[in-house]
Amino acid sequence: MRRFSTALLLALAPAAAMADEDKMPQMDFSNPLTLDQVGWMAVIIVVLYLVLSRWGLPQMGKVLENRAAIIARDLAAARAAKLEADRAVAQLTATLSSARTNAQAEVAKAVADAKAEAGAKAATLNAQLDAKLAEAEARIEAARNAAMSAIKPVASAAAGEMLLKLTGSVPAQDELVRRVDDALAARKAA
Amino acid sequence: MAGPSIDALGQFGLTTGLGPIGRAVNFTNSNEAMLAAATIIVALFAVGLKARALVPGRVQALVEVLYEFVHNMCVDTIGEEGRRFFPLVFTIFSFILLGNLIGLFPYFFAFTSHIAVTLALALFVFLFSTAVGFYTHGFRFLKFFVPSGVPGWLLPLLVPIEFISYLSRPVSLSVRLFANMTAGHVMWEVFAGFMLLLTAGLGVFGAIASVVPLGLNVALAALELLVAGLQAYVFAILTCLYLHDAVHMH
Repeated sequence: MRRFSTALLLALAPAAAMADEDKMPQMDFSNPLTLDQVGWMAVIIVVLYLVLSRWGLPQMGKVLENRAAIIARDLAAARAAKLEADRAVAQLTATLSSARTNAQAEVAKAVADAKAEAGAKAATLNAQLDAKLAEAEARIEAARNAAMSAIKPVASAAAGEMLLKLTGSVPAQDELVRRVDDALAARKAA
Repeated sequence: MAGPSIDALGQFGLTTGLGPIGRAVNFTNSNEAMLAAATIIVALFAVGLKARALVPGRVQALVEVLYEFVHNMCVDTIGEEGRRFFPLVFTIFSFILLGNLIGLFPYFFAFTSHIAVTLALALFVFLFSTAVGFYTHGFRFLKFFVPSGVPGWLLPLLVPIEFISYLSRPVSLSVRLFANMTAGHVMWEVFAGFMLLLTAGLGVFGAIASVVPLGLNVALAALELLVAGLQAYVFAILTCLYLHDAVHMH
């Protein structure tokens, strides 16, 4: 029986606690403290508002603004540094490529110069060789001419001897020399 | 029935605080809690502003988070004009939040569970936002009660509805906070009382069984922590919404 009454009490307790409306201190406006707390709240909250709006919030706002400014400044510096680095890299690339172009041009020029020099040397050598060749040919020609002109009196003499033996008469010396010359010229031409 | 009974409402009873001085000027125990809340807020700012570090410490970070949270709420809800009302909204928000939070501790008074307190705050918000409306728009602010794009013959019906819904703002604003805080604290008290009743009624078995209400109270503690933050947020965001209506009229 006692257990049953306890169980009943347990089941009803929350309802009983809430049902007693007139015992609710919040609704007891006959108690002067209920409204007096509002007056003191007004004092406390006005002081809190003044402290926060004049001191706390502006100071904290300044801290946040300061941080935002520092972050923005650092970001701008980083961005400027990156631009600088990009420009340096671009400059480096340009310098490298121009150096490469210059080097290639130098190499090409050196090769062309070497070729030209070699060509010139070969040309002079050829010219010298040609001159020597021409000189040698001239010398051979002169020697042959000399030999040929040495042949002429011998041939005239031999022709005169042969004619004397064959015919017994000797033609005029001029006639003989002229005929021998003709014959030699004809042979040479042939 | 001798033995323990559940007095769920006694915790809301007002007495005078601060000894004889408080008794002389009717400074109540709820005002003590308000003073504690305000002192904690100012102390948080005092400690948080000491270092003014670029990389904030714990307290500074806490105050900064609060600052930016309320600041964003003001600017997002009211618009750029919200900056002017930011100190006011911050004061109301932090006051209610700290009141809710310290009310969760044993022996501390939850002043937000008093309808007189919440109604006073809500009436102030209501009157202030109305005053801002008239200050910003003059008597054109009355057009706020005339919904645009509505056929004329509906207006005699709609204008009273709009007006009544406007007038009900302080009621809903105050009762929401008061009821949430009161209900939470009553449930706590009731479940704690269950433990005493069970032990008194069923002896050792009751003492073992009272683990259940104890567990419920632990869960309720988590819920009440959420409610404490949420209701402060709701009060502040509704304050911002009413100010938005007063500034923008739509």
